[in-house]
Amino acid sequence: MAQFVFLYRRGQNAPASPAQMQARMERWQAWFKDLAAKGHLKDRGLPLELTGAVATKKNITDGPYAEKDLVMGYSLIEARDLAHASELSTGCPIIADDSGSVEVRPVMNM
Amino acid sequence: MEPLDHLFRRESGRMVAALTRIFGVDHLALAEDVVQEALCRALETWKVHGTPDHPRAWLMATAKNCALDALRRERTARTFAPEVARFLDEEQSIDELLGGAAMASDQLRMMFSCCNPRISEEAQVALVLHILCGFSVGEVASAFLSNEETIKKRITRAKAVLAGSKRLFELTDADFAARLSSVQRALYLLFNEGYHGASAESAVREELCDEAMRLSSLLCEHALTAMPASYALLALMCLHAARLPARLDAAGDFTLLLDQDRSRWNRELVAEGQRLMDLSATGPELTAYHVEAGIASLHAAAAHPDDTPWETIVSLYDVLMRIRPSPVVALNRALAIAQRDGAERGLEEVHGLADRERLKDYPFYWAALGELELRRGKMDRAREHFLAALVLARNPTERRLLERRIADCRPPAAGDAR
Repeated sequence: MAQFVFLYRRGQNAPASPAQMQARMERWQAWFKDLAAKGHLKDRGLPLELTGAVATKKNITDGPYAEKDLVMGYSLIEARDLAHASELSTGCPIIADDSGSVEVRPVMNM
Repeated sequence: MEPLDHLFRRESGRMVAALTRIFGVDHLALAEDVVQEALCRALETWKVHGTPDHPRAWLMATAKNCALDALRRERTARTFAPEVARFLDEEQSIDELLGGAAMASDQLRMMFSCCNPRISEEAQVALVLHILCGFSVGEVASAFLSNEETIKKRITRAKAVLAGSKRLFELTDADFAARLSSVQRALYLLFNEGYHGASAESAVREELCDEAMRLSSLLCEHALTAMPASYALLALMCLHAARLPARLDAAGDFTLLLDQDRSRWNRELVAEGQRLMDLSATGPELTAYHVEAGIASLHAAAAHPDDTPWETIVSLYDVLMRIRPSPVVALNRALAIAQRDGAERGLEEVHGLADRERLKDYPFYWAALGELELRRGKMDRAREHFLAALVLARNPTERRLLERRIADCRPPAAGDAR
């Protein structure tokens, strides 16, 4: 088994009603539950604040404030190979619900 | 996973009401933003960490923090109501301001604020659904089978009226009693929209009934609003809602009262309805809610349709025609007379209705005529009436019911043009 990091990137972030938000939340919980049941969820990771800072050689600025593609969180996943991990990522609700994306990155072997 | 039972939607209504009392009605939009933010945070963290043990407390604490941040950002914080200063300064008072008992009365105040006489009845109902029940504008529109733009305008205008009042309605005000009947009326309309309304989706309809009952329960729990009419209103809702399991079958098809499998009626709701009727039977006032609850309870008590005391039901419809006459009440009265005296007499009554013209677009007017003709064996006429009803049917459920009825009218004899 190889390890992969899923980076969840925000999509359009269209306004949702309370009932829609609850439904989204429940779809995520069901998705994680399924991954865990099948032994793919090494670490469900942590959600990230929308705010923060960006440090560069020149200075530190507030940000990143991207309207789209902002990383909202990450998880550590176990899968056979990249194709398998990518397959697993397609069920992530962020894709259907928010037109967001999942970036699948293999963890480098030590 | 534990079912959260509309948690987000309902908590949204509770929290908006609580925060609006603190910020003032003119800052309703700020309260709505704060609640939206709290729900977003819940979505982001709960999806990863799972739902916390006390989701309501979690949401309220988060809303409180979001509110404090928003207030610090707002330059206008100083112009807020005095409570806001307390809200900003004393941690302790926040919990007091947002505590359970305060929350319940905040929702009542919000209900009374929404039922402002300067807001039309239909806008009051839309506003209650939107603010107190957490339905988005789009969801309100689909509940009423209306256009989203129309509902949006209606809600925006109503909010402008609300915002003009600065503070939420005071439950101790002298004119509070005058507004209680508007609140009851709005909740009655909300329930009816769910129960009889034109909406196609049965799931939405039951949600409307549930919300109307939840808000009516609030009226019955608060000393100032627990009047006989409030009990009668909730009683009639319970007694009608008890029939819901038998009214729609698994396929979502309608079954009329007299054809329902009465063993499927919810006995707990019937018992609750009877208990509330006892509570409503005090004081001199006899409202339409009392009479409607009375009719529903007679149906609920009859184990078989043949056990129904039609004589008493007709007399209750007579009372209803005196205190709240309407063409639909008159039609139901005629149908009760048909049950008591036979289809011929019922048809005479229907044909003699004073307001018959106003029923011409009501599918169940034609369906009633069809039922009565069917009962006296006039298949062709029955069929014509059911066809007229079918043209007016407002959703697939009504259409399927009428199509089944048309099939019950045996095919006309050969040579008959229709």
